[in-house]
Amino acid sequence: MNTIVETRTLAPAVKLFRIDAPKVARKQRAGQFVIVRVAPDGERIPLTIAEADSDAGTITLVVQAVGKTTTLMNALDVGDEILDMAGPLGTPSEVAEFGTVVVVGGGVGTAVSYPTAVALSEAGNSVLAVIGARSRPNLLLEEELSAVCAEVRVCTDDGSHGRHGLVTDELADLLETRSVDRVLAAGPVVMMQAVAETTRPYDIPTVASLNPIMVDGTGMCGGCRVSVGGTNRFACLDGPDFDAHLVDFTLLEQRNRAYLDWEAKQRADLHPCAAADQAVDFEATP
Amino acid sequence: MSELSRRERMKRTPVPMPERPPDERRTDFDEVNDGYTAELAIAEAERCLYCARPTCVQGCPVGVDIVEFLRQVEAGRFLEAADVIAADNSLPAVCGRVCPQETQCEGACVLANKDKPIHIGHLERFVADHARAQDRPVAPPPAPTGRRVAVVGSGPAGIACAGDLVGLGHDVTVFEALHELGGVLAYGIPEFRLPKEIVAAEIDRLRERGVSFETNAVIGMVDTVDDLLTVEGYDAVFLGVGAGLPRFLDVPGENFIGVYSASEFLTRVNLMKAYTTDGDTPLVDVRGKAVVVFGAGNTAMDAARTAVRLGGEPVSIAYRRSREEMPARAEEVAHAEAEGVHLDTLVSPLELLGDGDGRLTGLRLQQMELGEPDDDGRRRPVPVPGEIREVAVDVAIVAIGNMPNPLLLRATPDLDRSERGTVVADHDTGSTSKRGVFAGGDIVTGGATVILAMGAGRRAAAAIDDFLRTEPQAAGH
Ligand SMILES: Cc1cc2nc3c(=O)[nH]c(=O)nc-3n(C[C@H](O)[C@H](O)[C@H](O)COP(=O)(O)OP(=O)(O)OC[C@H]3O[C@@H](n4cnc5c(N)ncnc54)[C@H](O)[C@@H]3O)c2cc1C
Ligand SMILES: Cc1cc2nc3c(=O)[nH]c(=O)nc-3n(C[C@H](O)[C@H](O)[C@H](O)COP(=O)(O)OP(=O)(O)OC[C@H]3O[C@@H](n4cnc5c(N)ncnc54)[C@H](O)[C@@H]3O)c2cc1C
Ligand code: SF4
Ligand code: SF4
Ligand code: FES
Repeated sequence: MNTIVETRTLAPAVKLFRIDAPKVARKQRAGQFVIVRVAPDGERIPLTIAEADSDAGTITLVVQAVGKTTTLMNALDVGDEILDMAGPLGTPSEVAEFGTVVVVGGGVGTAVSYPTAVALSEAGNSVLAVIGARSRPNLLLEEELSAVCAEVRVCTDDGSHGRHGLVTDELADLLETRSVDRVLAAGPVVMMQAVAETTRPYDIPTVASLNPIMVDGTGMCGGCRVSVGGTNRFACLDGPDFDAHLVDFTLLEQRNRAYLDWEAKQRADLHPCAAADQAVDFEATP
Repeated sequence: MSELSRRERMKRTPVPMPERPPDERRTDFDEVNDGYTAELAIAEAERCLYCARPTCVQGCPVGVDIVEFLRQVEAGRFLEAADVIAADNSLPAVCGRVCPQETQCEGACVLANKDKPIHIGHLERFVADHARAQDRPVAPPPAPTGRRVAVVGSGPAGIACAGDLVGLGHDVTVFEALHELGGVLAYGIPEFRLPKEIVAAEIDRLRERGVSFETNAVIGMVDTVDDLLTVEGYDAVFLGVGAGLPRFLDVPGENFIGVYSASEFLTRVNLMKAYTTDGDTPLVDVRGKAVVVFGAGNTAMDAARTAVRLGGEPVSIAYRRSREEMPARAEEVAHAEAEGVHLDTLVSPLELLGDGDGRLTGLRLQQMELGEPDDDGRRRPVPVPGEIREVAVDVAIVAIGNMPNPLLLRATPDLDRSERGTVVADHDTGSTSKRGVFAGGDIVTGGATVILAMGAGRRAAAAIDDFLRTEPQAAGH
């Protein structure tokens, strides 16, 4: 069950897994995720299904090692089994013929938005991708996105590839020159918030794929609640996609910091030196 | 046994349950009650009057033949006693521990009006534990019928249904969304009240008898109910998916860090082992922190007593009615108090307060008083004008009930449900508006009890058996 059939390192600390999971592959729709557990007494963590191949019976996950569970996961290899994997979970992304859609991906968020970009392209949209990373080696899925998008624009924090700047800078420029019908954002919370503020003056429907901390992923605990338009919603049931103009990002950012001390301690236990670095890596990818 | 006269029996004093002292037990998660010894069990059974018209049996939701089981206990025939109970109750080790006996069997015992009801629950627990320790061989399986039933959910309803169906020769698979089996018995009710090994033993026994289990199977998302009936070729489906969606208070500040639903708090601790050094799942540190629990049912007591064990200080229950109205089992309220949980009654939260980082720091409580009785006859709590106080708290746990989880229901639109969102199912058969689909337990009743879920699972098993026998061309074929 859940045997890993292929792995590939996409970037430092980012690994792609193709996993044998025929039922999940058959049911998956863009925007859905699985909950995995990789060790006895281990945590349950959500991971987006980046790709599903129902003929081969496999799903693809792209995992960035940021803490204990993702680090343990990235130590797995071909032939290993994922201890527990439940899904597909979440409400699929809304896919229709919108016209011109811009997909904004920051860091591992690029892998989160990839399946929706594919689905939107297949639905007849003209899809533009704006993707960003710290530096060239950290950039994910540029080639894959080029295959389905009309255009892929790249931004890096250090200018080593594409534009020297943030994805929101690129998005702002793009909105000045093009008429865009819909924007999708996935990445660090600060990035999604910045995207929402960038599109707000244009009144462009904008969707963010939220990443709150989850436990069960089935609506049982309420830990993944997010505030959307002043109402609490469970991201695992009603999301993870929500109207970015209505999301309380400050709250999401705060709630994702609930266990910082614990997470830092776990990172330190795993590899004492790299610990501090990695925390920064994840937070600073807008 | 009849050597004892009625008068002698009435003169005896009830045998208390041996329990670990509060100061010891509040520091660990081991079981609070030690259980009767054989001698204590016999002594307690010797108080029974063996009434000709036993009211105790009427008080039990599944009609356990209490008179006969007590007779066997008194005679020291504990395995025979276990067989008597098993005829009506497939989870006696669980029910003996968690049934609200004071409103059921024991509340209906004739001796209850002298405040000396027979401790039927303690005896049921003793008998079940005794039988489990003997590790008796499972009954040989009957001839296979070749019919396949899918049971969704591994809580008491699902377990009981699966047990009866496999006993009737059907091929049964239980699908569970989580990675562990047992439903609320596994992730909700804590170890100190219901050791997990008891739940595991029940599951193992079902496995030995041939029931298959699939964990991580979220029905409605991976397979739908229709998929089970058509693609997967099951002849019938039983839905025992519980009432899993937590309800919140709907007051400002409920999203501060440190505010949990009881389900999240208990799941992190019980299922994910957040309290052990092995567990990877975090929990806000409650050591030396003020913890408040909203609600006063079993879930609230479990959350409060768990917080005490994790080092919370002080831990209080905030309840808007008075102690008399608390829905928790009397034993749980008494145990909670003995362990140092403070009962703050007639208060209602107005607002939760936090700091700049979004962490909970306190709350505003409104003092209440009891007013006129409302529809269900209980006096309605009403605010006392102007009496509002502010309290410092670090962790707040909301235990005010659950609603049906929409996950499976959304994917099964042709299943009739009530205004409350529960599945509409026939009380006697569990049959629903969808052919071949039966339901029972909390998903039908809303949050209720283990014994009611167990009973519903068993009645549905009988109905499913009928359905399979009378309609050989079952749904989907
Ligand atoms: C719907 C959804 C889809 C996701 N898809 C992917 C994916 O495809 N690939 C991927 O690599 N990650 C994805 N994530 C994030 C992933 O679940 C977290 O990185 C993971 O839970 C971290 O676990 P850990 O034990 O390794 O790290 P922890 O020690 O728990 O956390 C390490 C760091 O990550 C932060 N963090 C913790 N949980 C989250 C979270 N849920 N979201 C964002 N930051 C978090 C912490 O604040 C901390 O800085 C997704 C999250 C959600 C909610
Ligand atoms: C903390 C707590 C303490 C309690 N204390 C007591 C007590 O002392 N005495 C008492 O009598 N009662 C008590 N109760 C109530 C009692 O536990 C429930 O009434 C009983 O467990 C209901 O049983 P069930 O089988 O209907 O559902 P559950 O026990 O809720 O089991 C349902 C199962 O179905 C699974 N599931 C849900 N959706 C799906 C899906 N789509 N696909 C697959 N699986 C799914 C769930 O994960 C769960 O495992 C307590 C409840 C709680 C929460
Ligand atoms: S099942 Fe519950 S109510 Fe019935 S006799 Fe046993 S403890 Fe009492
Ligand atoms: S009502 Fe009480 S005394 Fe009478 S048979 Fe039942 S348990 Fe015994
Ligand atoms: S993760 Fe528990 S309700 Fe969403």
